Amino acid sequence: MHGPTSTGIPTRKLGMWTFIGSECMLFGTLISTFLIYRGRNVVGPYPEELLNIPFITVTTFVLLMSSLMMVLALAAVQRGQRVGSMLWLFMTALFGLIFLTGQYIEFSHFVHEGLGLSRNLFSSTFFVLTGTHGAHVAGGVIWLGTLCILSLRGRLPPERAETVEIAGLYWHFVDVVWIVLFTIIYLLQ
Amino acid sequence: MSEHSGEPHVSNRFYVVIALILAVLTAMEVMVFYVEALSPVLLPILLVLMAVKFALVAMFFMHLRFDSRVLTGIFGWCLFLAAGIILALLAVFGKFTT
Amino acid sequence: MAETTVNQATGAHEEGTWSGGVWSWLTTVDHKRIAVLYFVAGFIFLLVAGMEGQMIRLQLAKPESRLLDPDFYNQMFTMHGTTMVFFAGMPLIIAFFNFVVPLQIGARDVAFPRLNAFSFWVFLFAGLFLYASFFFGGAPDGGWFAYMPLTGSQYSPRTGMDFYVLALLLSGVGTIAGGVNFLVTILNLRAPGMGLMRMPLFTWMAFVVSALILLAFPPFTIGLVFMMFDRMFGTLFFNAAAGADPLLWQHLFWVFGHPEVYILVLPAFGVVSDVIPTFSKKPLFGYPVVVFSGILIAFLGFGVWVHHMFSTGLGPIVNAVFGGATMLIAIPTGIKIFNWIATMWGGAIRFKTPMLFAIGLVGTFVIGGLSGVMHSSPPSDLQQTDTYFVVAHFHYVLIGGTVFGLFSGLYYWFPKVTGRMLSEKLGAAHFWLTFLALNVTFFPMHFSGLLGMPRRTFTYAEGLGLETFNLISTIGAFIFTLSFVPLVLALWRAWRRGEPAGPNPWDAATLEWTMSSPPPHYNFAVIPQVESRDSLWHPHIDPGHVPGAGDAEPGGVTPRLQPDPAPEPVHMPNPSFWPLILALGMLVVTIGALIGLRVVIPGVLLMFVGLYGWAFEPVEG
Repeated sequence: MHGPTSTGIPTRKLGMWTFIGSECMLFGTLISTFLIYRGRNVVGPYPEELLNIPFITVTTFVLLMSSLMMVLALAAVQRGQRVGSMLWLFMTALFGLIFLTGQYIEFSHFVHEGLGLSRNLFSSTFFVLTGTHGAHVAGGVIWLGTLCILSLRGRLPPERAETVEIAGLYWHFVDVVWIVLFTIIYLLQ
Repeated sequence: MSEHSGEPHVSNRFYVVIALILAVLTAMEVMVFYVEALSPVLLPILLVLMAVKFALVAMFFMHLRFDSRVLTGIFGWCLFLAAGIILALLAVFGKFTT
Repeated sequence: MAETTVNQATGAHEEGTWSGGVWSWLTTVDHKRIAVLYFVAGFIFLLVAGMEGQMIRLQLAKPESRLLDPDFYNQMFTMHGTTMVFFAGMPLIIAFFNFVVPLQIGARDVAFPRLNAFSFWVFLFAGLFLYASFFFGGAPDGGWFAYMPLTGSQYSPRTGMDFYVLALLLSGVGTIAGGVNFLVTILNLRAPGMGLMRMPLFTWMAFVVSALILLAFPPFTIGLVFMMFDRMFGTLFFNAAAGADPLLWQHLFWVFGHPEVYILVLPAFGVVSDVIPTFSKKPLFGYPVVVFSGILIAFLGFGVWVHHMFSTGLGPIVNAVFGGATMLIAIPTGIKIFNWIATMWGGAIRFKTPMLFAIGLVGTFVIGGLSGVMHSSPPSDLQQTDTYFVVAHFHYVLIGGTVFGLFSGLYYWFPKVTGRMLSEKLGAAHFWLTFLALNVTFFPMHFSGLLGMPRRTFTYAEGLGLETFNLISTIGAFIFTLSFVPLVLALWRAWRRGEPAGPNPWDAATLEWTMSSPPPHYNFAVIPQVESRDSLWHPHIDPGHVPGAGDAEPGGVTPRLQPDPAPEPVHMPNPSFWPLILALGMLVVTIGALIGLRVVIPGVLLMFVGLYGWAFEPVEG
């Protein structure tokens, strides 16, 4: 499917944006549920006892910076800088992986403290909300890792920058969701 | 149709500056959280900071600032509707009455 | 990028478009073939769900009947509703989107042809998975809207509801992918000159419905995830003892469920808005108003979900707000009705079968719409909710609206799909039988409902004044079954020896009628230049764009045809089996959710095979 499009926007990019629009409703519903059930726990442990703000600030920072790596990767691909593309894509995926590791540490800490998935409403909503986000991050890491290998093999010339741009849109959206979740879950207790 | 340019004409330095602003805003969020005196106005401050960060990433990292306004329209409408549903659900569950 | 170059030698597109073995159907990415796949599968599910409805009516023919046991009855009404909405109604609608939308906007395929194939396979597998429940411990029995906590593991310990949750999660993935696909197709693949306000109404409604799908399905998906986690991992989303509010399910369901009603009915409005002008030989009256009222219906549809929940005691303010918003929807709907009537007014009306169904829709939808306005008022809803009055209402809307619209579309576009005409005599018989059946079955339910007969109850006592109404309804259901005979006969006869249709048998105005029937697999040999809303009715149009391309009679009222064969080679995407592999992987994961990790893991691996095969296949799509 070639040629100019009716809107001037590349078709795959428009597709990604519509998908992102749909994802807004997905996370919107999850956030609603989290907020509706806030403070309705019958048994502990309660969120204020367990949420570790300094720790999560660090992983939040890592995810935020991965977005920077992502735009740098895209810029490198667009300019045809092969080493740069590879390096920045790798860094983006790596930072995503660090974020996921942080999430794993946080989850296992909660479980260790007796806050399993079905302990109370906080744990149910928290794990499903952050878990859904984490699954999105994991998908992104796999996607970016694949792109990194492609660029290693020299298969990401500037003409294919759109492929990276679309992955980038997804990645930034996942980051934006975390900006919201960080505030709502951790800071607005 | 609408004017649009796929590749933003900005430098790496620009992206780094945006990221620095984002980092500072995040630091501010956490600081605000720990300052006792601010606790009555914690909610509006944090929501504003969150919105600013959100907008920065969407406008510059996701290139909405440089891209077709159709995309901003799609994203904006979806956000508007999602926010509407969230607020309506919270209202129906009496989160604003007590 | 390897692409096939169309073989231009053949002029007989009937061969080129539909021929080929099973493999060619499994790997097809052609929107027209996918449309046929959707239609056939959706139609079979429609027949199955129709038989389930027939079973319900058989059971209710007389009081205290023991024909079905209560448990089986529960499975029947649950499967009837679930199948009709998700596996008959929506696929049939998407079948029409697939066939018609690219042709109406002057495109050669949808934006993402392989994603389109993927959507179909996922829907098909989800439907088959749902029906497998009959062989593994019984079908879902908690109603199509599956209210918690009735459907939680405490009150529904059997696997039936697990099948429900998983099947709908799976089909939801395909549906959302379809929503993305059609939204992007309509935004991005319009022929030059096809501005948004020149699009045929059916395409407009496909656009609105795609947006609705994208926005309405995610809340439902999340609700299903919560239900799945509650059932399988013991989370507490709907557990009142843990402080949760089971009503949350109803909210999430209806935040989706009400827009879903418009997902089902707006495409029918789109069909009718194309059919009525064609058979009245007049442009649609008030085109912009009809477009905007469609958008307004969709938008308002997101703010009315609580009217399904008036009886749950949310308080006077909430009820008043949502009741008022619901009443507002009557305004854009009424506008459409009057615009259709005004289109027919003074027109040269031809009562062909598509027109019969279209006019039937205008009439019967008003009945369903009016009973809808009746229960938008909370006090009156409290009397009607969960009674047969509501059943009467939504069957008038869904049959009088969606089904009539789909049948109208079937008779309208069948000649384009196959190149053969359907029998007008059998068509008329089909219409009148359907019309009769609808009214005989569902009109009495208004009365049995107001007398207090509850829905979803397997029988009723004698002497409550319900016997006659129920008997009439059951007779109506038999007429319904009968009404399919002329349809199947008509399809069969068209298949055997249908009269050739030619490019534009109805003398219609839109682009799909500019090429041969069936269309060549690249649709448009030359991408048309669109200059007006009713392209083929205007003398100055030139869909062929190329000098000498099938020039018609002087004056140009007879449509100018697409050149045949194509003057230049046309590049089309290759067939692909990766969408099928990915969908299969997802099916295996879904099955694994019932069995365990030893099935989930191979499924995930298969998904990756499909994904990577897809991503690295040397073709764009």
